[in-house]
Amino acid sequence: MDPIHQFEIKNFFPIAHFGGYEIAFTNSALYMLISLLLILLLMLGATSSRALVPGRLQAVAEMSYEFIASTLRTAAGSEGMKFFPLVFSLFMFILVMNVIGIIPYTFTVTSHIIITVAFALLVFLTVVIYGLWRNGLRFFKLFVPTGVPIYILPLVTFIEVMSFLSRPVSHSVRLFANMLAGHITLKVFGGFVTMLGAAGLLGWLGAVLPLGLTVALTALELLVAFLQAYVFAILTCIYLNDAIHPGH
Amino acid sequence: MDPQAAKMIGAGIACIGMGGAGVGVGTIFGHYLAAALRNPSAAQGQFGNLIFGFAVTEALGIFSLLIALLLLFAL
Repeated sequence: MDPIHQFEIKNFFPIAHFGGYEIAFTNSALYMLISLLLILLLMLGATSSRALVPGRLQAVAEMSYEFIASTLRTAAGSEGMKFFPLVFSLFMFILVMNVIGIIPYTFTVTSHIIITVAFALLVFLTVVIYGLWRNGLRFFKLFVPTGVPIYILPLVTFIEVMSFLSRPVSHSVRLFANMLAGHITLKVFGGFVTMLGAAGLLGWLGAVLPLGLTVALTALELLVAFLQAYVFAILTCIYLNDAIHPGH
Repeated sequence: MDPQAAKMIGAGIACIGMGGAGVGVGTIFGHYLAAALRNPSAAQGQFGNLIFGFAVTEALGIFSLLIALLLLFAL
């Protein structure tokens, strides 16, 4: 009944050896592949008919497209739409991985910080490289807000630089910690049910309370799974906006 | 003091910081709700800002949770 046990990485079979490290096909890779296949099936199934009046599947795909497209347009302007494939893939991938993780006995890929750090660094490096490539040195105006009195400008610039550098940390840790904490909470309450259930008839009566709470927490986790995927996407849009339009 | 016990106490103390983030998140959603009830037609347009404010505020609480997790499992 160890609540951490669910996050264990299991090697299925090794793929390659690289400088003393073993690259293996793990349960994490398996669930990433499953998520990818689900998204591909959804998108291919939705776009195969291309009806004027959409069916259920096509409506889901169109709604998710419109949802991300409007978010990106509001946050980064119409020029940001060239990053739509990046934001949409990130959103769908994280959303499907989060939602799959809620199903009991499955593995939550996003509850491992190495995965979320990879996503966050992808976004961070995209912002830095595209921002420098598009704006040149004007990109650094991001750190120097206009209209600030000159005597506090060094302090403000220092704070801006620090907050910019801590972005990948908070971006990745937010998703990771939310998934980790939520799943540990679920397992701890599940553990209460089995502990009380083993205590006899009175325990069975007492076990109803944590069981009900587990159901309610699962519903909350579903909300968190969607919300965190959306938060990741909207923060990506806002960071991309800084690369496209630096200077406050 | 036993280092293991000190780690546990430190992790517990680090989690106090999450209370501040709780206050902040409550303030954000409370003010959004209050403003949305005053002007419901403008509420939908501010949903992105709401989520952004929520995410930025929550990050600070997440940092203290990170310290707690580091103390418990990594250091």
